[in-house]
Amino acid sequence: MGRFVARRLLQMIPVFIGTTLLIFLMVYSLPGDPIKSLFGPKAADPATVARLRHEYGLDKPLLEQYWNYISGLFQGDFGQSFTGRPVADLMSEAFPVTIRLALLAFGFEVIVGIALGVLTGMRRGKFLDQFVLVLTLIVISIPVFVIGYVTQFLLGLKWKVITPTVQDSENLGQLMIPAIVLAALSLAYVIRLTRTTVGENLRADYIRTAVAKGLPRKRVVGVHLMRNSLIPVVTFLGTDLGLLMGGAIVTEGIFNIQGVGFTLFKAIQTSEGPTVVGIVTVLVLVYLLTSLLVDLLYAVLDPRIRYA
Amino acid sequence: MEPQNPIIPSNTNEVGGGYIVKNLFRGLVDFDEKSKLRLVAAESIDTADNQTFKVKLKPGWKFHNGEDQTAASFVDAWNWAANAKNKQLNASWFEPIKGYDEVHPAEGDPKAEKMEGLKVTSDLEFTIELKKPVSTFKEQLFYDVFSPLPKAFYKDTKAFGEHPIGNGPYQQDGDWQHKVEFKTKKFADYKGDDKPKNGGVVFKFYNKDDAAYNDLVSDKLDIMYQVPNSMAGQYQNDLGKRAISQMFGGNTNISFPLYEAEWNKPEKVKVRQGLSMAIDRETIAKTALKGSKDAADGYTPKVVEGYQGGACGEFCKFDPAKAKELIKAGGGVPGNKVTLTYNADGANKEWADAVCNDIRQNGGVECVTDPKPTFQQARADITERRMKSAFRMAWVQDFPNIQNFISAQYRTKAGANDMEFSDKAIDELMDKADASKTIEESNKLYAEAEKKIIQEHMPSIPLFFDHTLAGYSKKVQNVKFDSFRQAIWTDVEVKK
Repeated sequence: MGRFVARRLLQMIPVFIGTTLLIFLMVYSLPGDPIKSLFGPKAADPATVARLRHEYGLDKPLLEQYWNYISGLFQGDFGQSFTGRPVADLMSEAFPVTIRLALLAFGFEVIVGIALGVLTGMRRGKFLDQFVLVLTLIVISIPVFVIGYVTQFLLGLKWKVITPTVQDSENLGQLMIPAIVLAALSLAYVIRLTRTTVGENLRADYIRTAVAKGLPRKRVVGVHLMRNSLIPVVTFLGTDLGLLMGGAIVTEGIFNIQGVGFTLFKAIQTSEGPTVVGIVTVLVLVYLLTSLLVDLLYAVLDPRIRYA
Repeated sequence: MEPQNPIIPSNTNEVGGGYIVKNLFRGLVDFDEKSKLRLVAAESIDTADNQTFKVKLKPGWKFHNGEDQTAASFVDAWNWAANAKNKQLNASWFEPIKGYDEVHPAEGDPKAEKMEGLKVTSDLEFTIELKKPVSTFKEQLFYDVFSPLPKAFYKDTKAFGEHPIGNGPYQQDGDWQHKVEFKTKKFADYKGDDKPKNGGVVFKFYNKDDAAYNDLVSDKLDIMYQVPNSMAGQYQNDLGKRAISQMFGGNTNISFPLYEAEWNKPEKVKVRQGLSMAIDRETIAKTALKGSKDAADGYTPKVVEGYQGGACGEFCKFDPAKAKELIKAGGGVPGNKVTLTYNADGANKEWADAVCNDIRQNGGVECVTDPKPTFQQARADITERRMKSAFRMAWVQDFPNIQNFISAQYRTKAGANDMEFSDKAIDELMDKADASKTIEESNKLYAEAEKKIIQEHMPSIPLFFDHTLAGYSKKVQNVKFDSFRQAIWTDVEVKK
């Protein structure tokens, strides 16, 4: 177990270097000159451009720039955005907001998704099952931004139940609706995934054995059935947490939440290398950590899986 | 929108930051609602020859931190901003001042710390000497870059960017909450005439204007200076009397790469004029653009000082027969096809498609649009002179005078002359206008230059004058906008 974790942690180093280098190269190859575009439609004055280039180290060869960036990173310095603000500041503003939103959405997915999945899986063909199936089908087939705009229009503008945009990103109540919108699609998948595996396992031999042994129903469902059924769901949820953090651009835009997605989007638009690489690096780390966590959870759920 | 840069007047050049600077700072002069120049922090600015200016400041003005505003507040700030070492984006505004080349050489380190042309003569008086006469220099002084700065600025310029201290009607209230809002409150010691009628302005930043619009409609946001273009047809229904649509000092044109030999041939003037006459501006403005722009009759918008009307003459009138005739007389379009390049991240698709369609139908010339994903990409291609055919060229005034619309784009080697248009006679006419004694005379000469450019060269086709499409909530009243798309914040009243 310990060796497994250590090996996985060591694997992160090449992944980390590879991704940062790749992203660095990609941002660098974006068309347009980030410094000149600071001047807007006006002609950039060459003396100032040259000095700004020098300040951000853009006048050096690409690999040297990358080296400077990485060595800065190991000293805890994420570099500077072209507006003169430290990238670390930008990230410390955006990440808490997104983490709150993502965790809310994630919690919603886990609790509602698994609960509904187990319920429908155990009552296949009944009314609740049919109803939830249709509902999830609708959610899956409608793009997220439609769900977002419709919710905003109905709840915020027409019925005035919520404020149309989030006024205060620390207010969990206001984040609730955006979180539900953000979670909607994955929620539908979680329900369907859970439903299928629960349905399958219900007919498995070991469950029949457990029932035949006269175990109480609570124990059969709660321990025997759930543990085995959750393995694919946990895999899905693990990758989804990363997705919720980086991919919330649409929801963040609709509800004006100043999170990671939009910061990243704007940084790409303005070719702000340090900001893009910084944010993506953190996102990559989140992915790596969650997938490690998922792998470790397997062992808890299925004792047959052991790590050497 | 979130300001891109720390709030330092000489480094702020986009709308978001400009809004805040305009409220925290007051310069020597500004423009009223009707685009008339008026004195603000200055008591008088005298000049006999448009080359040496004597500035006298109003006494008793203070900065938000209690410091007195003196002649040095201006002169030191300008010297600092012009200095190449300080890398200010707007440094080139000081270029007309004598001694600028020493503090801001094209290469290498500055040879001087101070511009020779600026002299403090007493506590409240200083003189400005220019390299050569500029008839609109007084107008230019309005620009944010000429704002005064307190001594506290030089101690820590970085901290100042987060906590700016100005001399204007509003002062910062608390910290700047990045990406969320920037709060200001009324400055009690403000000495100007336009004392705020409200307690302060909170600037809220939005990622998407749709989100801001929804907040506006549900009274969560009080003033929005530009409603989304997708709402242009609808916002007057949503807001009723609280919807504002008025022209501001900005235009939209399409330009041609005169650095391409084919387009630079003398007979292609006729082709460009023909293309211009193939475009039915009025209809496009009304239908495709839903009144968010007006048909142009020249480069200079109607709300700008010096506008004379009819600079374009018959060449901006819709006349398909004449259009085809002119295009034919000029030997047709190079490559037999017009490609119209624009940036798709702005609201350009509607008009670009309509214009291209008109060229195809009425001009009998094949036309395709070439949308570039971002403004930045489009700019890079334009400034690196990679254009082969027509491209979007727009201008938003720096100050509401015809000079700004003509000189900045059509003078040989001018900063925003993306066409590389060059004509000696016109340059001379502009020089003459700059040297004229009165602003009226200068305006007249510039109007003449504008007419000549369009009717004899047509390096770019005037298309539209842009509108401010703004709105406000039920909670406020007396909301007006000037030709800069700025609300007149100090006049806004909050309903009880």
